[in-house]
Amino acid sequence: MIAYFTYFQVARSEQFINNPYNTRLDSFAKRIIRGDIVSDDGTLLATTKTDADGNETREYPQGKKYAHVVGYAENGKAGLESSYNFQLLRSHSFILERVVNEIEGKKNQGDTLVTTLNNDLQQAAYEALGDRKGAVVVLEPNSGKILAMVSKPDFDPNTIVSNWDAILANDDQNSVLLNRASQGLYPPGSTFKLVTALEYIREHPKAYKNYSYECSGSITADNYTLHCFGNSVHGEVDLKKSMAKSCNSSFANIGLSLDLKSYLDTCEDLLFNKSLPTEFASSKSRFSLQPDAGDSAVMATAIGQGETLVSPLHMALIVSAIQNDGVLMKPYLVQRVENSDGNEVECYEPSAYGRLMTESEAKVLRGMMKAVVTEGTASALASEKYTAAGKTGSAEFGTNKGDSHAWFVGYASAKGSSPIAIAVIVEGAGSGSSVGVPIAKTVFDTYFK
Amino acid sequence: MVTIITEVSKYLMMILFACYTYECFSVLQKSSSPDRQKHILRRQQCFMFLIHLDAYLVIFAVKQELQVLAFFVVQELLIWAIQLIYRFLYKKASRLVTNNLCMLLIISFIILTRLSEEKAIRQFTFAVIGTLVMLLVPFFIRHIHFLHKLPYLYAVVGIALLVLVAVAGKTDYGAKLSFTFGSVSLQPSEFIKILFVFFVAAMFYHAIDFRQVVITTVLAAAHVLVLVISKDLGSASIFFITYLVMLYVATKNPGYLGLGAAAGSLAAVIAYKLFSHVKVRVVAWKDPLSVIDNQGYQICQSLFAIGTGGWFGLGLFGGMPDKIPVADEDFVFAAISEELGGVFAICVILVCASCYLMFLNIAMQIHNQFYKLIALGLGTVYGFQVFLTIGGVIKFIPSTGVTLPLVSYGGSSLLSTLIIFAVIQGLYIIREDEVSDEKKNNRKGSRRRKRAAADHRQENAKA
Repeated sequence: MIAYFTYFQVARSEQFINNPYNTRLDSFAKRIIRGDIVSDDGTLLATTKTDADGNETREYPQGKKYAHVVGYAENGKAGLESSYNFQLLRSHSFILERVVNEIEGKKNQGDTLVTTLNNDLQQAAYEALGDRKGAVVVLEPNSGKILAMVSKPDFDPNTIVSNWDAILANDDQNSVLLNRASQGLYPPGSTFKLVTALEYIREHPKAYKNYSYECSGSITADNYTLHCFGNSVHGEVDLKKSMAKSCNSSFANIGLSLDLKSYLDTCEDLLFNKSLPTEFASSKSRFSLQPDAGDSAVMATAIGQGETLVSPLHMALIVSAIQNDGVLMKPYLVQRVENSDGNEVECYEPSAYGRLMTESEAKVLRGMMKAVVTEGTASALASEKYTAAGKTGSAEFGTNKGDSHAWFVGYASAKGSSPIAIAVIVEGAGSGSSVGVPIAKTVFDTYFK
Repeated sequence: MVTIITEVSKYLMMILFACYTYECFSVLQKSSSPDRQKHILRRQQCFMFLIHLDAYLVIFAVKQELQVLAFFVVQELLIWAIQLIYRFLYKKASRLVTNNLCMLLIISFIILTRLSEEKAIRQFTFAVIGTLVMLLVPFFIRHIHFLHKLPYLYAVVGIALLVLVAVAGKTDYGAKLSFTFGSVSLQPSEFIKILFVFFVAAMFYHAIDFRQVVITTVLAAAHVLVLVISKDLGSASIFFITYLVMLYVATKNPGYLGLGAAAGSLAAVIAYKLFSHVKVRVVAWKDPLSVIDNQGYQICQSLFAIGTGGWFGLGLFGGMPDKIPVADEDFVFAAISEELGGVFAICVILVCASCYLMFLNIAMQIHNQFYKLIALGLGTVYGFQVFLTIGGVIKFIPSTGVTLPLVSYGGSSLLSTLIIFAVIQGLYIIREDEVSDEKKNNRKGSRRRKRAAADHRQENAKA
C-alpha cells in the first residue's frame, strides 16, 4: 500500500493536480504571482503584470497568435494555462528571497514554463492560414516536440473577459474557443489513403509491388459509383502511382479487397478510437467501419470519406511515426520549468509512445509520400533546401457536392537539422494541393532557410 | 510571518514524526536492553509532545484564538492521564501500544481541530469517556474468567443488534449504519466487531471439530448477511476476513481458507452484479476522472488533495481538505496527506502497522488459546480496517466507507477502538501473569526435584 502511495505521488499525481476540478490551486494564487510562459527561443507568450496598487493582470504579448495553445487563465482556464496551472503557481525562487518576501508580505514569483514552440514557425503558420478557418500543427518526429500549433478562428486572450459574451454569442457556427488542431475532428479525405495503403502492405507484404489497376475515372460496385477527383482518368497505376495521383478508383478497389477485421485493427494500431498520448486536451479520432459493412461504405472509407473522423494533430502524429521509422514519440509542449532566476526546476525529456508500424512498412510509405511530391499532387513542395514528402487531401463534407476541406500532411528533412512533420487543414477551402500545400511550403521554407 | 511558521512547522513535524515512527520499530530489536527500550519509549513521548505543541502553535498562529491553546492544554492532560494510568495501574501493559494510541489520538485532534473545532471538541469528549472505559477493561479481562463460556450470548446479542439496525437504523451515504438518540448517534456495528471476535474465539476455544466449525460458520455468516442487507459492505468484509483468519489459525486447515476465499470472491462478484452502489464504487475506482461530476467526485477530491499536497504537504491551513466530502471521517487520511504531507501520511500507515504488529505479537506469545484467538481476531479487525480505509482513499482498492481507527471523527469508532486497544493491553497483562506463573511453577518444580534428590541421597546413605 505504501508502494502504491509512492507510485501515485511519483507517477500519477500530476494528472489529478492539474485537473480543472481541483480548485485548491486557486488558493496558491494568493501567495504566488502566476509564472511566465515563453517560447523555445525566449519570446514572452504570457506574463503577469502587477500595478502600483497590487492589481494583477495577465498579459499575452503575442496576442491572438498563441490564443489556443497557450490558452487563458480567466473565466475558466484553457491551453497551457490550464494544464500547467500547478507549475505556474509554484515558486522555486531562491529560498532566502522567498523568506524575505514572506516576511514583507509580498508575493513570490511563480515558475516559468519554457515551451517547445518555435516563434518563427508559429508566426509563419499563423500568417499562412490567414483569415480562413482551420488548423496547423508542426512537430519534430524524433522528439515529439510540438513546434507550432495554430487554430482559427481565434480570439485575443488579453481581452477574453470583456469579450467573453461576444465570443460565446455566435459560437455555434465558429467554435472560436475550440483548439481545432487537437480537438477538431474532420473527415480525413485522401490523407487516409496512407492508412489504407498500410493495411494493403500488411496483407501483401511482398506482393504489394505487383499491384496494378486500370483507372477509367470511376469505379462501381453494389450500385455505387465513385469518381476520381476532377473526373481524371489515371490509366494503369501501381500502388505508388495510385498514391502520387491520389487515385480514388484504385484505392476504392484496394478497399474492396481488404480484410475488414484486420483493417480495423490497423486503424486502432494507429490510435483511431483511442485517446492520443497528450497532456493537453485532445479528441479521440473515430474509425467505425465494421467487418460486415457493405461495399459502398468500404469504398468510401478506403478513400477517407465515410464515417471516419480525425484530428489534425492525430494526422501529424501518424506522419511523424512514418518519418521516424514507425516509432511514435509522445507529443509535448513544455520542455522545462525554470524558476524566476532561470534555473531549471523540472525537465521534460522526449519519450517514445511505442511502435505504430514496422520499420519496413514506414519505409514503403515514405517512398509513396515522396512520389506525391516528385510526381504527384504536392509537386509545389519540391525544393533544393529540403526533401519533402506528404499526402494531400480534399475531404468532402456536408451535402453540397464539391464542398471540401483542404488537407496536407507530410514531413520535410534536410541535412544538418532535425526533420519536421506537419498537418494542415483549411475548412471548406477546396483542394489540398491548391490550398493546403502552399501553407506547408511556407512553414518548410521558414524552418529550412 | 504566519506562512513561515506553517512552512517550518510542516517540515519539523514531518521529521519529528519520522523519528517517532522509526523508534516504533527500533524498540522491537531483540538486542535492545530493557533500559534502552525505556529510554526509546520516553523519547517517543517527547517527540509526541513536540508534534502536538508545534501543530497547536500553528493553529494558534492562524486562528489567533486563545481557546486553541486552552484546548491544547486539556488534550495534553488527557494524554498524560492515559500514560499515567498505564504506567502505574497497569505496569505490565505494552508501553509501545500506549504510545501509539496517544500518537494517533493526537494526530486526530490536530486534523479535526483544523477541519472543525466543534467536531474536535466532541471527539475529545468521547476520548475522555473512552479513557474511563479503558481504565476498567484490562481489569475485567484479567479478573473475569467466564468470558469464554458465553459464545451464544455474544452471537445472539450481536445478530439481534445488527438486525435492529437493519430494520430501524438511519441511512447514511446509502448504508444503514446507526441509531440516533438526541444529539448522539450510535453505530452498533463498531462494537459488535468486538463481540464477534469474542464469539468466534469462545467457539473455537471449546472445540474445533467439524460440527463446531459448521455451527460457528452459520452464525458468522448470519452476521455478515445482515450487514450486507444493511448495505454496510465495509463492515461485512471486515467480519468476513476476520472470521476466515480466526478459522484458519484455530483449525490450521488450509482447506477452510481456500473454501472461504472462493466463497468470498463469489460473494464479491454477486454483490457487484446485484447492488448498484457497489457498481458505482467500482466504476469510481477504475476511472474516477471520467465520472468526476457524480460517483467519482469524492475519490477525485481525495486524489487532488493527496497529489497537490505532495511529499511535504501544504502545511496546516494551506490546503482545502474541506473540499473532500467527509474529510473528517472516511477520508481523513487524504486530509492528513494534503496538509501534513505524503511523508507524514506514510508514517501514519507505519504507526498503524506497528500497532498491528503489537497485536500479532501478543497473539503469538500468549498461551491460552482463547486469548490468543481474541488477540488475533482484534488484530485482524484493526489491520484490515486500516487497509480498507487507506486503500480506498488512495484508490488502491474501491472505497468501502470505513473509518481510520483512532483518527477519524466518530464516537462509536473511537470508543470501540479504545476498547480494542484496552483488551489488547489486558492480554499483555495476562501474558505477564502467565510468565510469572510459569516461573513460580518452575521454581516449585526445581525445589521439588532438589528435595527428591536429597531424599534419594539420604536413602542411599541409609542403605
